[in-house]
Amino acid sequence: MLHGFMPTILNGMVITLAVAMASLCIALAFGLAGASAKLSKSRGLQRLAATYTTLIRGVPDLVLMLLIFYGGQTMINQVAPKLGYDQLIDINPFLAGVLTIGFIFGAYLTETFRGAMMAIPTGQREAGIAYGMSKPQVFLRITLPQMVRFALPGFQNNWLVLVKSTALVSVIGLDDMMFRAGLAAGASREPFVFYTVAAILYLAITTVSIILLRGLETRFSIGVKMAKL
Amino acid sequence: MDMKNMDMKNMDMTAMDMTTTLKLNVQNLHKRYAANEVLKGVSLEAHAGDVISVIGSSGSGKSTMLRCINLLEQPNQGTIALNGETLELIADRDGSLKARDAKQLQRMRAKLAMVFQHFNLWAHMTALENVIEAPIHVLGMSKDEAISRAERYLERVGVSHRAAMYPAHLSGGEQQRVAIARALAMEPEVMLFDEPTSALDPELVGEVLKVMRDLAAEGRTMVVVTHEMGFAREVSNRVIFLHKGLIEESGDPREVLVNPQSDRLRQFLSGSLK
Repeated sequence: MLHGFMPTILNGMVITLAVAMASLCIALAFGLAGASAKLSKSRGLQRLAATYTTLIRGVPDLVLMLLIFYGGQTMINQVAPKLGYDQLIDINPFLAGVLTIGFIFGAYLTETFRGAMMAIPTGQREAGIAYGMSKPQVFLRITLPQMVRFALPGFQNNWLVLVKSTALVSVIGLDDMMFRAGLAAGASREPFVFYTVAAILYLAITTVSIILLRGLETRFSIGVKMAKL
Repeated sequence: MDMKNMDMKNMDMTAMDMTTTLKLNVQNLHKRYAANEVLKGVSLEAHAGDVISVIGSSGSGKSTMLRCINLLEQPNQGTIALNGETLELIADRDGSLKARDAKQLQRMRAKLAMVFQHFNLWAHMTALENVIEAPIHVLGMSKDEAISRAERYLERVGVSHRAAMYPAHLSGGEQQRVAIARALAMEPEVMLFDEPTSALDPELVGEVLKVMRDLAAEGRTMVVVTHEMGFAREVSNRVIFLHKGLIEESGDPREVLVNPQSDRLRQFLSGSLK
């Protein structure tokens, strides 16, 4: 029925998931750093984070991806010969895609995490400080576990959009699920069938995510469910 | 109660006779918020076993003073010494003072356990986890040791049956008693209480005050910012009345509260019904 394209599309789904997971790790790092910078006392860090989020959130993901992929490629190939490296360097589309998506969603997560950090009553951190904890200890032992609960609803949004954004890596040549569905659509001249398959598979990923994240939400609400402050 | 007062008096006598160790020595604290000077040079000395009540109307600077002692607020001027060790302070960018050495500050804070008005128990931890947290992660104690210590102190303040519960499931009085157990588990040199009963329903105030009376009777060194005149009069051996950022009167509560010298304290006492 699917002209034997199903296995290759499912393999593409593995790549899609890999891109999404790897991008998420980078986005989490950028998001936490960005939120901490925005809430820090340092003016410089605040400005840096503000520029980051304003710029990234204001430019379409596709444009950014093409800019970073082609722009980055050109830049590297102009700089590399000067460093005595005379072979043409190709940026790995997987790496380029992951870095770009991670960088973009780091900006969205910055805002999600900033909101979550601000939702924690100051007394929680203050108690940590007053008992002699260091700043990293306060962050890891108090802020981080408590912000998860506040961050999860926004995070869920970001994650779903991120998964869908991975479809963009097909334009820079990564053979993810979307790329393969496109090939199958062209070869079989049945675009409707294959794009429907792609849609269903994306929906499967996002639905499973929603269920898993709901479990996480319940887990991190332990001890606060009844708290109506 | 009489027995205990006698004991306290005896302790005062020995304090006079042999000058017991000076635990906490805070001199000339100043604190400004922009143009508003909240503390205008406040000093406080606590010897071993002292229970000092700090009273005053809201806005008098009493909480600010307490929070300056462990640098939750950065004073603009002043010195703080604990057990003879002076906290090294340097100017921060905004003109207030900060610790030169973060490690020294952390070490001193660990010996100055604070009890907050709003308890500030960590919401994501059970009562027991709240009490073992700092002993393990700040004092470097083993988990087993911290747990047995925590159980002892939870028992001590009468909430051991609540050890596995989260703060949100405890009454205010229970939360504050867990918070006191958390402070005790640090085995601190000085305990700082920031209006520990002000956020409690009236019927829960008693259970917290009782714990604090017991701690005082054990000879613990305490600085208590409070509105509880009964506590100030009966439990503390010294009372400090703050007014507009200055110490207006201080001394033996049975003197100061019975025979206030200044109009301000007289006014304040007639306003507080307790």
